[in-house]
Amino acid sequence: MSKAAEIERNAPGLALHAPREASRLVARVASVDAVGLEERAASLGRRSIKRGSKLWALDLAIRAMDLTTLEGVDTTGRVVSLCAKAVRPDPTDPTIPPVAAVCVYPQLVPVALGQVEGTTVKVASVAGSFPAGLGPLEARLAEIRTVVEQGAHEVDIVLNRSLFLGGRYAACFEELAAAREAAGDAHMKVILEVGELGSYDRIRQASVLAMAAGADFIKTSTGKIGSSATLPAALCMMEAARDFFRETGRRVGIKVAGGIRASKQAVQYLVLVYETLGPEWMTPERFRIGASSLLNDVLMQINKERTGRYQGPDYFTID
Amino acid sequence: MGEIERRATSALEEQQRVWEYSTAPESTEIVRLQDRYGLFLGGRFVEPKSGRYFVTINPATEEPLAEVAEAGEEDVDLAARTAREAWEEHWRDLPGKERAKYLYRIARALQERSREFAVLETMNNGKPIKESRDVDVPLAAAHFFYYAGWADKLEYAFPGRIPRPLGVAAQITPWNFPLLMCAWKLAPALATGNTAILKPASTTPLTALLLAEVIEQAELPPGVVNVIPGPGGRTGGWLAAHADIAKIAFTGSTEIGKVLRRNVAGTGKRLTLELGGKAANIVFEDAALDQAIEGIINGIFFNQGEVCCAGSRLFVQESVFEPLVDKLKARLDTLRVGDPLDKNTDVGAINSRDQLDKIEELVQSGIEEGAEIYQPECSLPERGFWFRPTLFTNVAQSHRIAREEIFGPVLSILTFRTPQEAVEKANNTEYGLSAGIWTEKGSRILWMADRMKAGVIWANTFNRFDPASPFGGYKESGFGREGGRHGLEPYLDLDGGNGA
Repeated sequence: MSKAAEIERNAPGLALHAPREASRLVARVASVDAVGLEERAASLGRRSIKRGSKLWALDLAIRAMDLTTLEGVDTTGRVVSLCAKAVRPDPTDPTIPPVAAVCVYPQLVPVALGQVEGTTVKVASVAGSFPAGLGPLEARLAEIRTVVEQGAHEVDIVLNRSLFLGGRYAACFEELAAAREAAGDAHMKVILEVGELGSYDRIRQASVLAMAAGADFIKTSTGKIGSSATLPAALCMMEAARDFFRETGRRVGIKVAGGIRASKQAVQYLVLVYETLGPEWMTPERFRIGASSLLNDVLMQINKERTGRYQGPDYFTID
Repeated sequence: MGEIERRATSALEEQQRVWEYSTAPESTEIVRLQDRYGLFLGGRFVEPKSGRYFVTINPATEEPLAEVAEAGEEDVDLAARTAREAWEEHWRDLPGKERAKYLYRIARALQERSREFAVLETMNNGKPIKESRDVDVPLAAAHFFYYAGWADKLEYAFPGRIPRPLGVAAQITPWNFPLLMCAWKLAPALATGNTAILKPASTTPLTALLLAEVIEQAELPPGVVNVIPGPGGRTGGWLAAHADIAKIAFTGSTEIGKVLRRNVAGTGKRLTLELGGKAANIVFEDAALDQAIEGIINGIFFNQGEVCCAGSRLFVQESVFEPLVDKLKARLDTLRVGDPLDKNTDVGAINSRDQLDKIEELVQSGIEEGAEIYQPECSLPERGFWFRPTLFTNVAQSHRIAREEIFGPVLSILTFRTPQEAVEKANNTEYGLSAGIWTEKGSRILWMADRMKAGVIWANTFNRFDPASPFGGYKESGFGREGGRHGLEPYLDLDGGNGA
């Protein structure tokens, strides 16, 4: 296997960046000019994506979606219903692809696995005292191991903001690296919770820390606090991933989640990825949208592009 | 001789195999082009006494758009006398708040007809619709709004002085921001109680003529604003020389600016000149690099680089040269060059064959003098005037591409080691219009700004304009300011009739 392929396949992080280097790593991260970043994000968000190119984007939006339910009231029935929607978003239209994954709490992982068996839909579980991430470390790591043993394909964990914002970068990095190990071969996403970090500089630093520790994906938000994904925050993460690829040869995926309800937003994020990271990221392997109600809006938009008319909401199943 | 570094396929073309953006053309239906435009003189459109018309084209397609009246010497004379009479009888003694109402009316009409203006500007100039829509037209309206506010407050602008208008202002505007430059000229002139004769650039008369329609709509007293297209050398020359002109405002090349200055000497006419530039865009190693890249791109490719304040000389701190240039080249590869009416186009057409020739000549000189050229290999339309976004590395101060204004999408990249060196090299030019400083260190911004000889200095941004902010240059970039309270001064006599 070539060096690049090796790194691509399974680099659990840069050997250079042992925990004690974490502080230096963070200090080295480039500054971000907020005004310039927001302007660039807004400018990309104004791209006019119509007709064939819009249909292509909407199709990818579905294929890249992590259909999510993370509520205290998630019963077996709820998850069964969600999985049915994930596998066949539009029962009247066989050309509509299944989504990338369903995202559930650990207790519901076995249910979800049973429902998606034999399909291409993956099961992602949050783990590690989601959403605050401040349970005892051993318990958090055990939660990750458990869901992976049960068969979850993907694990979404949170950055320890208490350590990060407290400047305890070595400890923060160590936890991420331990989580990486606990996740084994499962695909690990690290949620930065961009709404809490306070500045784009911090978002970029957190992105670098997570990528260096071996994250397969960096993700914007838990969806559990008021603020959610924004175009500039996502762009900041993408720019960090771009530089990380240049430096290490490893492509880390980007997941945007929280507050994405309209197709228009989904397309804007796709434009951001496309024009910042390029065609290699335009795949569910490297880009995901965490959402729930978005799916029906995308189906409506596809329908409209194809038929020229908007269909009412009753024609799209709520699952 | 240097070789142009080409790529087998551009990154953009590779990308497009994955996701090709469908064309997104802005409709031209909203523009109702006439076959023929007359002069706007004395409040209405009239045939030129010269009997001559010229054709104006769309530089992206080379298709003719319309025939436009060419003002001859007689027409110029009539315009000057009409504007003078209008000043004396209908405008000079009008209270400021009444003048303000006309300006507000013009501003509102510009906003209401903004799409029409934006599309027409793109068709006649070649600039991308997203720029004419998002920058040119809104800023033009903003200038009228801003100066409307000053019209009745002139005595507060210059405490202790009694401001009086000058009379008739001859205003000669360029082709790079046709409508916006009309707004920059007309708004302060009218607010201060002068009447105006606008001579728009010969390749881009149409939005000035549409503005004349708005002025007609606004029912400005006849003769207060006149629009007389024609070639700069003749129409502009006669206009500047006319005895009834009290003040000349010119935006254009340094070469013509010098001619005007010489001709105006001794005539008692007031003069302001907004000329060329060769702005230094200075990036320090501690700059927010990804945003600095956007600033560099904006600085030289906005409006195809046909901007007097374009950041055409990039000074990169040597310690960060390689990563910056790598990112810059990658970013150049993603620029979308093509149909200006497509909403996704980033870089449009060059305004004329003449300008394209000038750009090509200077770029060739860059190659011959030993600089290293880089151009993405994007495909260009068959017809029309096009030039690929270009950058040169290995540039020395002595190269023509570092000294002369190219006025096109061509960036010359030089390096520096220390802030002192950056300041020295940035100032080492006969121009002094604008500059950019990219660093996260506030004290350095202030230190640099203090020492740089440029009328406008942008920190961690570029090409930002506001009607409240005075714009103008040092040295051969001209004198006088447009915008802000400073922009009133060139149109006023503050010395009780003694001003020269």
